[in-house]
Amino acid sequence: MDVDALYQEIILDHYRNPVGKGLREPFAAQVHHVNPTCGDEIDLRVTLGHDEAGRTIIEDVSYDGQGCSISQASASVLHELLVGQTEADALAIEGAFHEMVSSRGRIEPDEDVLGDAAAFAGVSKYPARVKCALLSWMAFKDALVQAHADGGVAAQSNEADADSGRSR
Amino acid sequence: MSIAEADRTRVWDATSIREDFPILARTVRDGRRLVYLDSAATSQKPRTVLDAERYYYETANAAVHRGAHQLAEEATEAYEGARARIASFVGARADDVVFTRNATEGLNLIAYAFSNATAKSIHGAVLPDGGEQFVLAPGDEIVVTEMEHHANLVPWQEVCAKTGALLRWIPITDEGRLDLDAMKDIIGPRTKVVSFTHQSNLLGTINDVAAVSQAAREVAALVVLDACQSIPHQAVDVSTLDVDAVAWSGHKMLGPTGIGCLWMRPEIADAMSPFITGGSMIETVTMAESTFAAPPTRFEAGVPMVAQAVGLAAACDYLDALGMHEVAAHEHRLTQRTLDGLAAIPGVRVIGPTVNESRGSAVSFVVDGIHPHDLGQVLDDRGVAVRVGHHCAWPTCRRMNVPATTRVSPYLYNDVSDIDAFLSALQDSRKFFGVA
Repeated sequence: MDVDALYQEIILDHYRNPVGKGLREPFAAQVHHVNPTCGDEIDLRVTLGHDEAGRTIIEDVSYDGQGCSISQASASVLHELLVGQTEADALAIEGAFHEMVSSRGRIEPDEDVLGDAAAFAGVSKYPARVKCALLSWMAFKDALVQAHADGGVAAQSNEADADSGRSR
Repeated sequence: MSIAEADRTRVWDATSIREDFPILARTVRDGRRLVYLDSAATSQKPRTVLDAERYYYETANAAVHRGAHQLAEEATEAYEGARARIASFVGARADDVVFTRNATEGLNLIAYAFSNATAKSIHGAVLPDGGEQFVLAPGDEIVVTEMEHHANLVPWQEVCAKTGALLRWIPITDEGRLDLDAMKDIIGPRTKVVSFTHQSNLLGTINDVAAVSQAAREVAALVVLDACQSIPHQAVDVSTLDVDAVAWSGHKMLGPTGIGCLWMRPEIADAMSPFITGGSMIETVTMAESTFAAPPTRFEAGVPMVAQAVGLAAACDYLDALGMHEVAAHEHRLTQRTLDGLAAIPGVRVIGPTVNESRGSAVSFVVDGIHPHDLGQVLDDRGVAVRVGHHCAWPTCRRMNVPATTRVSPYLYNDVSDIDAFLSALQDSRKFFGVA
């Protein structure tokens, strides 16, 4: 039964016990995304910082929202996977996730890259649910863009900003 | 004939009806029988409708109302014959029925009559006789209800944005009925239009048309009825409804997609500015300006949807052969079975009337601990097709304090076994998500 492949235990666990849920401060940017076909909503904030090499780091992704198990679990997995990553690595993971869930079942997930997010491979066989899985990821990408547009990196960490020209 | 009388006069043979609908013979999700309970979104089509369209294309296809050849004549006869047939289905004169793409377009046609007349009046353009009634100004009010489909809400929001009129709405009760007491304070001397649904696609509520139209008449407001969910499911005679316009879709009443109808009182239609303009709908055209044909032609620019009209006429034949009172009686029984079954399952709450009175077959509900989208997925895995989400009635969901619902909406080809299959799959879903 495909629906068992869709609702992997990992997904249901994240749905029942979401990681990192709740909006936190400070943050560089906040976005509100909705899935207009089903009404799922998410508010998502990113907090950025820099490592010693001056690379932009995802210090936190905080979120709140309501929706189906796929959309909510996906936000939880996003938090777990992306917090602490460099921005470049986070975007690479986002790209891999996006590619996998949009693949109509053709792409085998790389668990080394995707971790728990690999459990969402079953979603790709249900075109109507792909948007659910992507809701928080699209919000994350949008929040990153806005953080840079708003000078959020500078606002977030003046100290690191001195040597982070590359992320501006 | 009352529902109870119709109920006694006929044994419903859903099995033989089902044989008329080829799609219902297919299986879904690894060989499961299709239990189609999403007819409020769109209905399935009987073979006679499909055959009528095919026959038209194979024997008479041509552009209507133009051309001097035999096919053009026959196509025009097929098109206008379909209009007469469809009009008779709702007790209307053929000339008072405009073909649109769907109910949404019909409602937009009326909404645009207001914003177009308002824009034209600002620049001194000529309006049809009586066209002033469509000119809006700040201070004027448009009234809808809190249970409208977006199709009967967003167009009016747009009219307000373009004209400065104010949008107001009749609230609904916790049970999902129109609050007719509150209505008295909403419909008033400034009200120019009252546009409301006959039957809610989300709640299933059947509204008291006379109560609303009477309040609108007292203040000389135009009355528009969205009958998208009523005409497929009950006998509706537009000539006895005290309203000025009725919009509905063909695809929800066994007809093809791409065709809807808008019935209007002739004096209203005559006074309206056109919506979509171009070929066919004109009287004379010069480089500088044009005058327009009489309704319904005024509102049918371009080559129309002839095959769809022919198909919809065949759908009317099919429905009339069954009898709309009998259709309503059958659905009433299925609705009762649905309501009883849902009431017996813990953690299930119906969103909309739980009493099977002035109520259609669309039943929305929520289940504790299962999001509608997830429920719909597991039901689908059992072959049960339902609708989940806000059903294009997002404000209604907010009013009822739910982000979304699951909706079952049986039709004439469903029977008790379909309702029971749904209820059983719902029980399975509760186990699947660990809430049973």
